[in-house]
Amino acid sequence: MAKVRGAIVVDTVTCKGCSLCVVACPTDVIELAVDVNAKGYNYAYMKNPDACTGCANCAMVCPDSCITVYRVKAEAAV
Amino acid sequence: MSIEIKDIIKPENLVYQKSSLLTDRVMHYCPGCSHGVVNRLIAEVIEELGIQNETIGVTPVGCSVLLYNYIDVDWHEAAHGRAPAVGTGIKRLRPDRYVFTYQGDGDLAAIGTAETIHACNRGENIVMIFINNGIYGMTGGQMAPTTLQGMNTSTSPFGRDLARDGNPLKMTEIVAQLPGTCYVTRQAVHTAAAVRKTKKALFKAFENQKLNKGTSFVEVVSTCSSGWKLTPVQSNKWMEENMFPYYPLGDLKDK
Amino acid sequence: MKGNEAIAEAAIRCGVDGYFGYPITPQSEIMETLMLLRPWETTGMVVLQAESEIASINMVYGGAGCGKKVMTTSSSPGVSLMQEGLTYLAGAELPCVVVNVVRGGPGLGTIQPAQSDYFQSTKGGGHGDYNLIVLAPSSVQEMADFVELAFDLAFKYRNPAMILTDGMIGQMMEKVEMKPFKPRWTNEEIEQLSPWSTTGKSAARERNIITSVELDPLAFETFNKKLQAKYRKMEQEEVRFETFECDDAEYLLVAYGSSARICQKSVQLLRAKGIKAGLLRPITLFPFPTKQIAELAGQVKGILSVELSAGQMVEDVRLAVNGKVKVEHYGRMGGMVHSPEEVVEALEKKIIGG
Repeated sequence: MAKVRGAIVVDTVTCKGCSLCVVACPTDVIELAVDVNAKGYNYAYMKNPDACTGCANCAMVCPDSCITVYRVKAEAAV
Repeated sequence: MSIEIKDIIKPENLVYQKSSLLTDRVMHYCPGCSHGVVNRLIAEVIEELGIQNETIGVTPVGCSVLLYNYIDVDWHEAAHGRAPAVGTGIKRLRPDRYVFTYQGDGDLAAIGTAETIHACNRGENIVMIFINNGIYGMTGGQMAPTTLQGMNTSTSPFGRDLARDGNPLKMTEIVAQLPGTCYVTRQAVHTAAAVRKTKKALFKAFENQKLNKGTSFVEVVSTCSSGWKLTPVQSNKWMEENMFPYYPLGDLKDK
Repeated sequence: MKGNEAIAEAAIRCGVDGYFGYPITPQSEIMETLMLLRPWETTGMVVLQAESEIASINMVYGGAGCGKKVMTTSSSPGVSLMQEGLTYLAGAELPCVVVNVVRGGPGLGTIQPAQSDYFQSTKGGGHGDYNLIVLAPSSVQEMADFVELAFDLAFKYRNPAMILTDGMIGQMMEKVEMKPFKPRWTNEEIEQLSPWSTTGKSAARERNIITSVELDPLAFETFNKKLQAKYRKMEQEEVRFETFECDDAEYLLVAYGSSARICQKSVQLLRAKGIKAGLLRPITLFPFPTKQIAELAGQVKGILSVELSAGQMVEDVRLAVNGKVKVEHYGRMGGMVHSPEEVVEALEKKIIGG
């Protein structure tokens, strides 16, 4: 089955580190960073980018519209 | 054979992005607040229905008092509790416009009870959005009409006392009895699935307005992590265990 | 035609878009008349009975924010309920018309006429520094004419305007000449006339926000200064009043509305007794004819302010006169109405004899 690969871009400036996306992700891709943004929030980032399927659950639950989601059908391994 | 991240992040692979109707103002809500999600959904629904230039929103007094800074439509700021009356005034004089009100539990179910019930009873052709987090967030976490029994707030520090404060008010059940309401539903935004259902409910509400079917009333049971003194994730869990039993989700009416 | 009915008829004729009201004696005839005339079938005017005066004034807020000509009417206790709405309307700079057919207060009071809402109307009954444009009709003809005048001023200054009348003029029947029908503004006209209004955010403009909240103190002070400048401008340009036999007057009566009608008779009685009295009738209670009263104060020996109240406008008269001559008040309360003779006696006793 063609594997679907996704990726997210987090607006780390706006992110308030609420971690709702972390728990919403079905494949545990996201985690809060150790370092913080200008407001002092630990922003979200892709800890396991390979596991991302682009399902956009994280973006669904984000109260501050910080997450942009991309998805592509990866060709079957040749 | 794995693909480089940078190959995925390309415009043609875009699946989801921030709605164009949301301004670039950073929302003042606390981290993890449901208001942010519902604000975002409203922007998405208006954008996808293509009715930006036909929509007039009414903001309340409460945490979302600055809502008009976030969604790029025309707005009226109503006095505390008066949004349904303001919305009535707008809709009656501009029936060709989509009108929606956005209120918290204190606004809609305490001071604005009469306005809420009578707007619904007249079947005003507007969408009423009701954010129920059982607390007065903006003013620092006081008890609201929907505060649950035993729930601690700054004005019920030892928990809501039914003998003194009465029972939490189920406003959605009340308006569902009124013939004027055509669609009454209670949703939440604590999971991705719930968010998608809430969005669908909002779509239906605006659709009803277009078809002049009467008042659409969408309650969103919400969290208030700062008021409840829990983290956003804990708040969701607490909401599921405590709010949902008393405020069950689902459609109460769909004419 | 009754005063109240004249307001309803005049509203329809001058192109009012919406009326939101709530029953209260002595002004229910206004909404009753509107409901009977069914203007929604002719001019398209919306007429809706609300669940309370609070709802009514906020429906007016909604309509006014869309640039529509909207109004409400009530009587003293109901207008007290509208004070929150009025200060929001002033703070959001929204034009609209509110009619107060005053009845005796305080509290539930009486349904008899009175003028005891002067302070509430002219000094801002709600919170914050603001003023309403306040017009005081003293005849059924003026009840009709002032509806259009109130709207013109309200839109000229983007400010709520109040017609302050009383139960007597509301219930009184007199001949009225009605102006011809003026069409309601189309939505396109509104976008030109009131570009600030919420007509639906088109690509051509920024979104319009009708609000009175401003959390930044400096910005809010700037806004308050803008409001105050508006009120000063009104004081320069919109003062309206009428004088009666003032040219050679040695004594002056100041009265508005129904009290002014009575005082006109008193002036005649006084002159018959050889006392040269005159009457100044403020038509705009805000902006108050301060300058004109000050001028007359230089010419007369004393001034009697005559109101159906414990004496409210008398304070503004004293401010205008600034101590130049004696200023006293006379007036019945509780819904009682003074007779011309009582006013004559009061002038003789309080001013001449004093």
